[in-house]
Amino acid sequence: MSARANIMRSSAAHAILIAYTILALYPVFLIVINSMKSRRAIFNDPLALPTRETFDLVGFHTVLEQGNFLLYFQNSLIVTVASLFFALLFGAMAAFALAEYRFRGNLLMGLYLALGIMIPIRLGTVAILEMMVAANLVNTHWALILVYTANGLPLAVFILSEFMRQVSDDLKNAARIDGLSEYRIFFTIALPLVRPALATVAVFTMIPIWNDLWFPLILAPGESTKTLTLGSQIFLGQYVTNWNAVLAALTLAILPVVVLYLIFSRQLIRGITRGAVK
Amino acid sequence: MSRSRAPRRPIRWHIAVFLAPALIVYTAIMIIPLFGTLNLSLFTRGEGNTREFVGLANFATLFGDPRWSGAFWNATWNNLWFFIIHMLVQNPIGVALAAILSSPRLRFAAFYRTAIFIPAILSFVIVGFVWRLILSPLWGVAPNMMDAIGLGNWFAPWLGQESSALTTLALISVWQFVGIPMMLIYAALLSIPDEVLEAAEMDGITGASQFWKIKLPLILPTIGIISILTFVGNFNAFDLIYVAQGALAGPNYSTDILGSFLFRTFFGFQLQLGDPHMGATVATVMFFIILAGVSLYLFGIQTRLRRYQF
Repeated sequence: MSARANIMRSSAAHAILIAYTILALYPVFLIVINSMKSRRAIFNDPLALPTRETFDLVGFHTVLEQGNFLLYFQNSLIVTVASLFFALLFGAMAAFALAEYRFRGNLLMGLYLALGIMIPIRLGTVAILEMMVAANLVNTHWALILVYTANGLPLAVFILSEFMRQVSDDLKNAARIDGLSEYRIFFTIALPLVRPALATVAVFTMIPIWNDLWFPLILAPGESTKTLTLGSQIFLGQYVTNWNAVLAALTLAILPVVVLYLIFSRQLIRGITRGAVK
Repeated sequence: MSRSRAPRRPIRWHIAVFLAPALIVYTAIMIIPLFGTLNLSLFTRGEGNTREFVGLANFATLFGDPRWSGAFWNATWNNLWFFIIHMLVQNPIGVALAAILSSPRLRFAAFYRTAIFIPAILSFVIVGFVWRLILSPLWGVAPNMMDAIGLGNWFAPWLGQESSALTTLALISVWQFVGIPMMLIYAALLSIPDEVLEAAEMDGITGASQFWKIKLPLILPTIGIISILTFVGNFNAFDLIYVAQGALAGPNYSTDILGSFLFRTFFGFQLQLGDPHMGATVATVMFFIILAGVSLYLFGIQTRLRRYQF
């Protein structure tokens, strides 16, 4: 292939990717810049960056005076990290068992666990609420952690067992000949080899947990356990006509997630590339 | 005879240890409450707050009573359209972006990948509000921008029109989630061994034909997983509709999908009283729709996909 065609192809690739990146980020960018403008400037020239005349943080003042966003953020963080840890650990263990061993009921067990992917756990809400009331777990972090762990497991098992099957049998058999226990094989061979998949599953499990509105509303609506998503939803509903406050609340809800994601994504990308380089 | 010769295999406890935590949490928190709720669809509220067994009468009401069946079929067809848009728009864009991203020696690939995934990490609350503001004729961002590229006359309040609201919402959802198929396929493309691609190059298969003939068949199982996840996600979607259009799924129920229909039935809204038993009935029907789709995939499609081990 000529160098010229190569350059053409790579600039076409960059053009497409830049265009899509703008499409993905511009709406968010627009909200963030307008949150820092006065009400008049928001309407007169929504596409402009805030200038010295139009710069105004009145929306943020409203949000910080009315909301308890730091506490909400902390609640979301506790619930998300704990659920993620349990879902990934338990999910990877079960996926390994299903992919690795032949035993009676293996297929049935796989189907049983996969059932949860298609059943929205929301369908069981009434019974879950009854159970949490009986266990005295309403308005605790544990209520949410248990629900999200259970909800995250099927997808984790389903995707991870796909990847566990791709772990080379020779490697595991060599380890067995060397006398490693099945537990060591899982933790020192299988788990590190599916790290890219783990990272991917982690991102996909984390997002719905962080963003869920339903269960915080039903199981933990108390002020001390309110999550960020629930807190912002209530705030946005109350201040719907106050554009400054709405834009500021959206910005405050967006920024920590994006920062958190940027920190995690370096890990994720390292995981993906390490797994892919053979 | 064989029993006397082969020594009984010892019980492999490690299998139980690996499976137990997941099984216990999953069964206790998900399966048992789920069946508890499905069970409710066979009951109705009797006199004095008792539960009365009515068999399939609730289903007869849902499908037979015109007040119920009209709303139900409306929500079902809307939901199907919502899913079709995702399959036609989200997945091809995801595959295309992943294919471009995975081309060798592409600079800034990490930046693009990170940036394009950002909408997927935002909550429905944020996305719903952001697009409500941007598409709002009151604010005027969308018409201004379309004016700038000469398409000003094409602007319409898409979220407010019956004919376009549902498609607009589906496209918003695609905008939000396109990063997910992109990432999954990207990971799958990266896991294709270099030897396979080198062998293809030796045979003179490069560029686009390499994608169609070598890479695409290898990532088909991943595309299958993505499709079924999209199906399930779409058929219990609710939040975006709720945040952008409210529980009434306006205008005039044109954006009503099964999730929002279930919500109104279950909890009631405005003049309509909530009915846990009819709600459970709708939930049960949703359960069977999803079950049918997933079974079709598992038994009809997945078993036919060829899997390669390297």
